[in-house]
Amino acid sequence: MNEAVYARRKKVNALAFALTAVCAAVASGTLLAILGYIAWKGASSISWAFLTNIPKPLGEHGGGIANSIVGSAKVVGLAGLMGIPVGILGGVYLAEYGRGKYAFAVRYAADVMNGVPSIVVGLFAYALIVHPMKKFSALSGSVALAFIMVPIVLRNTEEFLRLVPGTIREAALALGVPRWKVTMFVILPTAGRGILTGALLALARVAGETAPLIFTAFGNRFSDNGWLNPIATLPHTIYTYAISPYEDWHNQAWAAALILMAFVLAVNVTARLWLKPKSI
Amino acid sequence: MNRIPQLLAVVALLAAPAAAEMKTMNGAGATFPYPIYSKWFDEYHKIKPELQINYQSIGSGGGIRQITERTVDFGATDGPMTEEQLMKIDSRILHVPTVLGAVVPAYNLKGIEDLKLSGPVLADVFLGRITRWTDPAIAKLNPGAALPDAAITVVHRSDGSGTTYCWVDYLAKVSPEWKKKVGVATAVKWPVGLGGKGNEGVAGLVKLTPNALGYVELIYAKQNGIAYAAVLNKAGKFIKAGIPSVTAAAAGAKMPKDYRVSITDAAGAEAYPVSTFTWLLIYEKNSTDKGAVLKDFLKWMLKDGQGMAATLGYAPLPDSVNAMVAKTIETIK
Amino acid sequence: MTAERTGDRLFRTAIAGFAGIILLVAVALAWQLARESAETWKAFGPAFLWTSDWDPVADVFGALPFLYGTAVSSMLALLIAVPLGVGAAIFLTELAPKRLAETLMFAIELLAAVPSVILGLLGIFILVPFMRWMGSPYGVGMLTAGLILAFMILPYITTITREVLLTVPRPLKEAMYALGATRWEVVRGVSLPFARPGIVGAVFLSLGRALGETMAVTMVIGNTPNISANLMNPGYSMAAVIANELAEAASDAHLSALVAIGLTLMAVTVIVNGAARLMLYRLGSSR
Repeated sequence: MNEAVYARRKKVNALAFALTAVCAAVASGTLLAILGYIAWKGASSISWAFLTNIPKPLGEHGGGIANSIVGSAKVVGLAGLMGIPVGILGGVYLAEYGRGKYAFAVRYAADVMNGVPSIVVGLFAYALIVHPMKKFSALSGSVALAFIMVPIVLRNTEEFLRLVPGTIREAALALGVPRWKVTMFVILPTAGRGILTGALLALARVAGETAPLIFTAFGNRFSDNGWLNPIATLPHTIYTYAISPYEDWHNQAWAAALILMAFVLAVNVTARLWLKPKSI
Repeated sequence: MNRIPQLLAVVALLAAPAAAEMKTMNGAGATFPYPIYSKWFDEYHKIKPELQINYQSIGSGGGIRQITERTVDFGATDGPMTEEQLMKIDSRILHVPTVLGAVVPAYNLKGIEDLKLSGPVLADVFLGRITRWTDPAIAKLNPGAALPDAAITVVHRSDGSGTTYCWVDYLAKVSPEWKKKVGVATAVKWPVGLGGKGNEGVAGLVKLTPNALGYVELIYAKQNGIAYAAVLNKAGKFIKAGIPSVTAAAAGAKMPKDYRVSITDAAGAEAYPVSTFTWLLIYEKNSTDKGAVLKDFLKWMLKDGQGMAATLGYAPLPDSVNAMVAKTIETIK
Repeated sequence: MTAERTGDRLFRTAIAGFAGIILLVAVALAWQLARESAETWKAFGPAFLWTSDWDPVADVFGALPFLYGTAVSSMLALLIAVPLGVGAAIFLTELAPKRLAETLMFAIELLAAVPSVILGLLGIFILVPFMRWMGSPYGVGMLTAGLILAFMILPYITTITREVLLTVPRPLKEAMYALGATRWEVVRGVSLPFARPGIVGAVFLSLGRALGETMAVTMVIGNTPNISANLMNPGYSMAAVIANELAEAASDAHLSALVAIGLTLMAVTVIVNGAARLMLYRLGSSR
């Protein structure tokens, strides 16, 4: 009797092992499958011409995505310039002076913004900048992306600052260093690695955003013309090409996806490797 | 060896602020003429390298909205603006016809080369009254054809579209039920079907979905090897869309002064019944020198641009209309 | 002494200002959405949320099809991703050798970094034909959207579940082993019940993510404001309709209706995310 029951329990155990292994295989295999597929479809369309030409009219071959690559770099770059400092300094405030109603409100607002769908942020940027300016522009796209970045960077900064051991702060204060200098020149650098990787990850995240750019950056078939004009970006180009019926555009979409994926992956892998010694 | 200058060019692109005196004009609207517009703007950029005319095809509805809001310098639509929409605009706006095109019923049926359809049948399909390819009404128009016993997957636009306007304008003329139940506009409440974004989206869906039936601008069907049906015209002939049949449809119409005219269900013997003009929406009075820039482009468009239309499947403007437009654009400032 | 305090005060005010920017933006966002959607609420009242007539021609708007689509596609995603994610987390925490677990976790976490538009791209060219092969007449539709969303939220469920499973106190597990339990019995009897609040929190968090997802969904859902029990049929979601119709909402009523949907979407995600954080923070503080 005991033997039979024990055998059955062992079988159930083995079954569970097998099923969960399958789940894990599916979950982790998905990423590999995705990367592999994109690489396979996209690699054949990548050429020097593709990376340095701007799009050609519909139906003509030989167009490229140079303007999208440059456009993405510019829009994301400016978004980072606007969003990262605000996020970091906001995070410093919450970590250092984070008690009281004001801090609670800020934290709540950040959580709200974190959860707002990016399309709604785009809506907001349209109303805030595009409509009064009477123009679609790279600037409005960057602002929309910055709105998305700030709460991410802010919460991340706060968390890493809180991880800094109190002893370091106390030691510096005991030496007579003014509080603000302790914050900026002792605590912040100590948590620097975590904060910077957080900022990098936020950049990678917004680099892939499409929805908020549709009615802010608008897209441009030519190379961009400064910050106050529409501009092409990689994710928007991928979207436009993907839903079209043209074989040529589909191939370009895969290649563009490969480039975007390579960038996002590179940033994520770097960030993770950098953060590996998780203790500060 | 040539890579270095190209690499430097990319770096320069990144580093340069609004370089040189490059002027960007932005337009948005109809996906219907996107192939010819993108060709025109590209060619015009070659003639005038300091000018970029950036056109985004977001649908006629979008073109009308954005030009009303003045977030773009010109709009484009193949459904003329309604009185209500015109009332929202504070100054005078011109509908400048550019080319003529056709909206075709594109389908995805294995082995059927020459499908024939009629207006009333199309209306019934889009109303959801005819649901299968083997319906007697379709079989009657296509005797002997091996129609599959399958449901028809209807595809329409999910965005506001002049192509839609032309299509439903025709359906309303041939089907009183359509006129009453759904009506005519750039965006309607579709009784049945999947939504695709832009002509591109609809063409994409039709191409990928077996037994689908959708409506797209002729060039989108041709460029993608999607089969399209011949439509029974008012004179009783089955006409497959093409430049001669579209031109024939325009021949009978009397062009009003504001150019807002419908040429669907035209009377001529060789006329294709779902033809339409497409227009650029341009303010009569523009700020800075935008008016002059636009006027120059339009003059080029009326002369050299028209010649490029035929290769892409659009019919050029009839000579009488061309002359009329040349006079009207003189008023643009 | 005084200089120190002034320096500190200046500093504190300055960075409080920066922190305030986010507060300002959040308030401005909510206010802007409320203002632009006012027309819709005035015209239709709360019935806007449960009528299903979306007619831009007649300026009659009812948002039910979009609420339905968002809800159903997200629920489907959860139904698929939760068992898969929890199963994977169990394997990676309890049953797999450490090295393997870390590599696989890495791959799963990276899945979260894949941009939505790229998942949509894969959806159109792989998933949709696959669905058609499986018998769906359209390929695009509610189930397809649910599947794509499932892949998007899978990493969140897996990582959070794994984190929570790792916090199960060893003594508890060891007690079970001492009684002769198999590994699975320990998981089922101790780890999972212990982790349940965390898993629920993860579910809410993922739900919040799925609700707001735009690009991947609009590329595979069919974009038809349709309410149907058949999951193979096309549908629409709140985020997708805004993306498709915003640039061209020709009438003010139409634009206002779209903004009203945006406001609703924002409200729902805020509530869901709030609930998630509440659950996960409570977890963190009680450990």
